[in-house]
Amino acid sequence: MILPFLIIIPLLAAFLISLISGEKDNWAIVLSILAVISLLALAIFSFFTTGNKTFVYEMSGWKIPLTICLVQDALSSFMLVIVNLIALTSLMFSVTYIRQHDSPWKYYALFMLLITGMNGVIATGDIFNLYVFMEIALFAAYALVAFGGKAEEYEASFKYAAMGSISSTLILLGVGILYASTSTLTMANIAAELQTKNPMVMYWVAAIFMAGFGLKSAIMPFHAWLPDAHSSAPAPISSMLSGVLIKALGIYAIIRIFYNIFGAPQIFLTIFMVLGSISIIVASYLAMGQWDLKRLLAYSSISQIGFILLGLGIGTKLAILGAVFHILNHAIFKSLLFYNAGAVEMALGTRDLRKMGNLRGAMPVTSGTSMIASLSVAGLPPFNGFFSKLIIIIAAVQSNNIIYAIIAVIGSLLTLAYFMKVQRYGFNGENKITELNQSISLGMKSAMIILAVLCVVASILIIPGIREVTLNPVVSVIMNKTAYIQSVIGR
Amino acid sequence: MTVYILCFALLLVGIYGVLTKRDLIKIILSLGIMGYAVNLMIILFAYKKGAGFAIMLRDGINTNMVDPLPQALILTSIVIELGITAMLVALAIRLFQKYKTFDITKIRRLSG
Repeated sequence: MILPFLIIIPLLAAFLISLISGEKDNWAIVLSILAVISLLALAIFSFFTTGNKTFVYEMSGWKIPLTICLVQDALSSFMLVIVNLIALTSLMFSVTYIRQHDSPWKYYALFMLLITGMNGVIATGDIFNLYVFMEIALFAAYALVAFGGKAEEYEASFKYAAMGSISSTLILLGVGILYASTSTLTMANIAAELQTKNPMVMYWVAAIFMAGFGLKSAIMPFHAWLPDAHSSAPAPISSMLSGVLIKALGIYAIIRIFYNIFGAPQIFLTIFMVLGSISIIVASYLAMGQWDLKRLLAYSSISQIGFILLGLGIGTKLAILGAVFHILNHAIFKSLLFYNAGAVEMALGTRDLRKMGNLRGAMPVTSGTSMIASLSVAGLPPFNGFFSKLIIIIAAVQSNNIIYAIIAVIGSLLTLAYFMKVQRYGFNGENKITELNQSISLGMKSAMIILAVLCVVASILIIPGIREVTLNPVVSVIMNKTAYIQSVIGR
Repeated sequence: MTVYILCFALLLVGIYGVLTKRDLIKIILSLGIMGYAVNLMIILFAYKKGAGFAIMLRDGINTNMVDPLPQALILTSIVIELGITAMLVALAIRLFQKYKTFDITKIRRLSG
């Protein structure tokens, strides 16, 4: 069984890092990179061995209604690969970046705790356990947002922590009501029990969860904390938060709960579509007005989450495929863009697009990869963002949701517009920049290059022969409403 | 039924405090009240009138007992809330050092 190790390894690494680190951060770096490489290897191995099967791990020898179980199916191993891939590049980027701050070993310990929480949320099959792991990840995230120690960072972290506590309380309330009505906490048993209960219970709990997980994934009416938190955090943490945290804690939990437990009631799919399209349009509009590069990227994250939610709301097989593919693509290109912003901030000491300029000569890797990432997020072929957006739009047209298709196209064009602005002012501007405050280290460059290559390579996942073994099992986990119950209980 | 309504009222008091208060410490306390309301509600779900505690007795098992699982859940949740509250208070102290105030209308360097 692989899954327990995906939680044990980062937790142990966090413990050991805080135990053995002194003034220098060398051991912390070695330990955390070793831990994340082994996690990524385990996650990739589990992704390619899982296929259409489901493995269940029951903790400490108890059987399923009594135990805390870990469930490994195509969806969870897909998410695990994304989380640990972005975590590895983020660590490579952090090595020199985080030495600007005091006592970097604390950063690595908290980083490992963040990965523990996210892996736990994805792996678990128990709804209260999901809440506990979510709190572990959020706790590390609050501390990491404030890691820089400036006034704005404390402000953003407090805002994030206050909003996060409200949403966690709502989620705990929902878990409590589910337990009261079904007398079990295992997700598959809850799903089986709910089919025999009055559907009003499900609607009430789903409404509470919609608010709770909506806050976690920053869908439009619940988005207020995201631009502050994601733009104030250190760049590698911004990429972890924007790239994977809102997906692991928000979108993944929404998929698991609304599709696998509640069986995708139509009214909530409509709510997903409406909120998704509001997110796409309003967040794109707000992003256009930003001059702070990281704030612009944070608003862009809200709008791309809107695309994922729109795909989930349409709910046909093709739309879910697009949404799942967009989860991967958004993790790749948004992390890359935050690394670019972090590299520019380190080299020039500013995030303001008007103070940046022509960086092609001084920072060729950064400006080149940012061009690839911008084209990818704006949805131009042959980069990965094009295919996932195209699939979502085609699915919207096929299911007779022409208005939503038009909204998605407009959102895509607005995305292109504000990334044109980034390129025009930020990386190909007028004032020539020749000397940098700090040079960009090899680790940072290689993190950016790996993700830029993945921006192109990830497109091949959509080719029919490869799609059958990679994305289709994930889609079938989401689409088969009773299969999750069968595969966990009825083995 | 009345206790559930009172419990929900306590939750609403907490939400009201978070949304309307301008003092950082009062916001933290309101978040605490929200947490207590939810904890109390989950304990109430397990309550059964006249039932005993859920442990083994010397002469066999107590057949009329309350559900022990919510109590275990609430212990976990109390510990988590303790951690989050400590984190929020630490952030409030740092914010006070930087801004010399607890008033959130004056802590506005980030534009929403």
